[in-house]
Amino acid sequence: MNAPMNFENPRQEATRERLVVIGNGMAGCRAVEEILARDPDRYSIAIFGAEPRVNYNRIMLSPVLAGEKAFADIVINPDEWYAENGIDLISGDPVERIDRTTQTVIARSGRVEPYDRLLIATGSDPFIIPVPGANLPGVVTFRDLDDVDKMLAAAEKGGNAVVIGGGLLGLEAAHGLNLRGMAVTVIHLMPTLMERQLDEAAGYLLKSELERRGQAILTGADTAEIVEQDGHVAGVRLKDGREIPADIVVMAVGIRPATALARTAGLEVERGIVVDDHMVTSDPAIMAVGECVQHQGTCYGLVAPLWDMCRALADHATGAPSGYQGSVTSTKLKVSGIDLFSAGDFSGGDGAEDIVMRDAARGVYKRVIVKDDRLVGAVLYGDTADGSWYFDLLRKGEDVSAIRDALIFGQAFALTASGEGALADPNAAVAALSDDAEVCGCNGVSKGAVVTTIREGACSLDAVRSQCKASASCGSCTGLVESLLRLTLGDDIQSGPKTLCKCTSFSHDDVRRLILKKELKAIPQVMQELHWATPDGCSSCRPALNYYLLCAWPGVYEDDQKSRFVNERMHANIQKDGTYSVVPRMWGGLTSPRELRAIADVVEKYDAPMVKVTGGQRLDIFGIRKEDLPAVWADLNAAGMVSGHAYGKSLRTVKTCVGSEWCRFGTQDSTGLGVKIEQMTWGSWMPHKFKIAVSGCPRNCAEATIKDFGVVCVDSGYELHVGGNGGIKVRATDLLCKVATEDEAMEVCAAFIQLYREQAHYLERTAPWIERVGLDHVKAGLFDDPEAVARLAARFRHSQQFMQDDPWTRRAQGEDAELHQHLAEVRPLVLETVQ
Amino acid sequence: MIGDWLDIGPTDQIAPGNARTLPVRGGEEIAIFHTLDNRFYALVNKCPHKQGPLSQGIVHANVVTCPLHNWNISLKTGEALGDDKGCVPTIPLRVDAGRIYLLRDAVVGHRKPVAKAA
Repeated sequence: MNAPMNFENPRQEATRERLVVIGNGMAGCRAVEEILARDPDRYSIAIFGAEPRVNYNRIMLSPVLAGEKAFADIVINPDEWYAENGIDLISGDPVERIDRTTQTVIARSGRVEPYDRLLIATGSDPFIIPVPGANLPGVVTFRDLDDVDKMLAAAEKGGNAVVIGGGLLGLEAAHGLNLRGMAVTVIHLMPTLMERQLDEAAGYLLKSELERRGQAILTGADTAEIVEQDGHVAGVRLKDGREIPADIVVMAVGIRPATALARTAGLEVERGIVVDDHMVTSDPAIMAVGECVQHQGTCYGLVAPLWDMCRALADHATGAPSGYQGSVTSTKLKVSGIDLFSAGDFSGGDGAEDIVMRDAARGVYKRVIVKDDRLVGAVLYGDTADGSWYFDLLRKGEDVSAIRDALIFGQAFALTASGEGALADPNAAVAALSDDAEVCGCNGVSKGAVVTTIREGACSLDAVRSQCKASASCGSCTGLVESLLRLTLGDDIQSGPKTLCKCTSFSHDDVRRLILKKELKAIPQVMQELHWATPDGCSSCRPALNYYLLCAWPGVYEDDQKSRFVNERMHANIQKDGTYSVVPRMWGGLTSPRELRAIADVVEKYDAPMVKVTGGQRLDIFGIRKEDLPAVWADLNAAGMVSGHAYGKSLRTVKTCVGSEWCRFGTQDSTGLGVKIEQMTWGSWMPHKFKIAVSGCPRNCAEATIKDFGVVCVDSGYELHVGGNGGIKVRATDLLCKVATEDEAMEVCAAFIQLYREQAHYLERTAPWIERVGLDHVKAGLFDDPEAVARLAARFRHSQQFMQDDPWTRRAQGEDAELHQHLAEVRPLVLETVQ
Repeated sequence: MIGDWLDIGPTDQIAPGNARTLPVRGGEEIAIFHTLDNRFYALVNKCPHKQGPLSQGIVHANVVTCPLHNWNISLKTGEALGDDKGCVPTIPLRVDAGRIYLLRDAVVGHRKPVAKAA
């Protein structure tokens, strides 16, 4: 019989305190387990659960969805556990009210349960974004087993699934549905997947891998509406108008602490139920634990903090209070085959130092952040073996200065190295390598071969690369080769060609070559494949890479606004007081009454303090505020004018003289040719700004011989000049060639521009470029092969198809409006505080 | 919390790698930055060098490069990095439940001298 329990503790049933737990989830049950482990006879316990089943491991729902586990595998406490511990489990009958004066809870069935102590462990609710159609049949969340059952039922029929939310939960849902055979699209509001846990670099790698597995990942995508057909979900429409068909929509955008019960009972609730260090609420008889609570301003949505909280709670509830100190959390994505780990703070800041290691061949990205000799954060992708070691260092706050140089290589390497005390010199590990150890895997070069090459006179990284090919391919062994140079030569190393910036060991030319060779088509991809030493580059390399990619993949690469200097992002020239100047295009320096009137109107309407004629034969309107730019552009567009790109590393102006139409000395129609050239070349992004002029005779009134490309008309045709500059260092042009017709002049112009676009370094004008490579090199590139001009010109025209799109028109129509607007909605609030 | 912290709206109104501005009385502005690794910072929108609008600079790691003369300013401390010397005031900021809050006193306190002058 069951009687023995009462026989053994005959007096306790009457003296035991009654503990009622609301919530049969992971936190509630774990708290009970912890209490039982400390003092099994202290409480008589009842647990209310909303779900009609025993306690299970909610975080393992993803593997259940993916078919890797069954429900039975994830049950934590079966029926017997409740019976053995004398716990009353009231499942499927949720508590609806707490009466604090009578110390009772009232369930939906009307059942009244008195308590001495109450524990609220109601967890959290999925957040439903309030868009039209959010309540349609076929829209599910991902929170409990019922949700999983709904997803499985949908997956049996196949078809399309849309997951809204590219965080941890959303990606796990997408993975499960993908494995179950559905065509999955993930819609994520932010540009980076799992942006709370990942940086841009790791987020990019994750996105690429998921896409490789057949999922469509739409980042920066904002849901407008869930579309209905025949009373069921049929698709998701985005704010940009795109519509994605869907047979099921999983809403996984986040969770909210479930606080309604506590709030109604009058407990102190902010975002979560406010608890002290012993998990006690504002009512001393009521405790709370898990995702529903807020401790020192923080709400947690991960499992590890629950365990810490439950320990503190049990210590308090059994009379030995310890106190919860908050939790440091780490994250792993439960998607099979994807190794991803994130912990701590990667916000860096003063004194914080990023250590980045990338191994493109293995798809590895590791970043650890060290501050004041302590590890403060880590992001690992592709190789997470050392995640727990880093997490341990992070939580304990251990001094890592002794192993700092080897930290990024992981536990095995770092500890061995520090054990030998060798790491005072980071080159020591390299020195210890045997001569036949392979340094460069791509080209099969041993350490001995590299050292021999260096001893034979290769005194720079570049010389080593060209002579024995070590680190000349993927570049991942660059650090090793540099160490060997230091070890072999001491201070006699010659620095090679300048690297693009301090983030990389590659030169501009190498980066451009490898972008083409490896078909790199995004900034994070370049940084990963070329082993960038920083997580997201710097203000030097980001604009350069953006240009190189734009030039290499016209129409394919999507321009990255945040990698552009302010002027190119705002499509106007910033001035010292933070206002902008606006220069509309005047083709070949020609204008009309209509254009002049529109400019005059803009100057008056926006109270522009100055308008000035520029050296490039157009008008510059000064003192325009960033908020007014779109309206100014709309007014100028209305008069037929477009952006003059006076702000860009791009074609600026084509300056002309009046030419044969009016001038008594004119030999050709220089004005007409100038207009044609400007129409062909406007809008093209370049390594630097680019100026053209066409003079109608050798008197050269348009100053064509100090332009990047200058045409001087003569009786017999057109002299084409290149590489002039009127800036800091004046340089007269070199004569490139002479042609007979306008068409030939245009063709050579297009070809020369394209050669410059493809070969010059970012921020290198044509003058220093030609000084560096030599005029002969430019001539050879254009004329050695009789087809070269035509090929280059064709590539330029292809690229121009995508470039000749007036940016002002798009902005005037409302694109990127936030770049021009203050956070206006709060302005009244701020003003209110002073009144 | 409502009393001490000023709610300036949802985090998604500032794209990562960008900044937006909050005008305060007297023509001053506060620049609120969203870094590529998803952190938020607020600074007075004036480079310590020549008062350039920092909100318009390129953001990389936790640094903004001033658009006028390429000074690098720490978003966390407001201090100029490298060989440059100078510091711009920071405004305490917190993010809670997808919304950005600025310390009200810092916003108001920052504005006071300007209000007096006006």
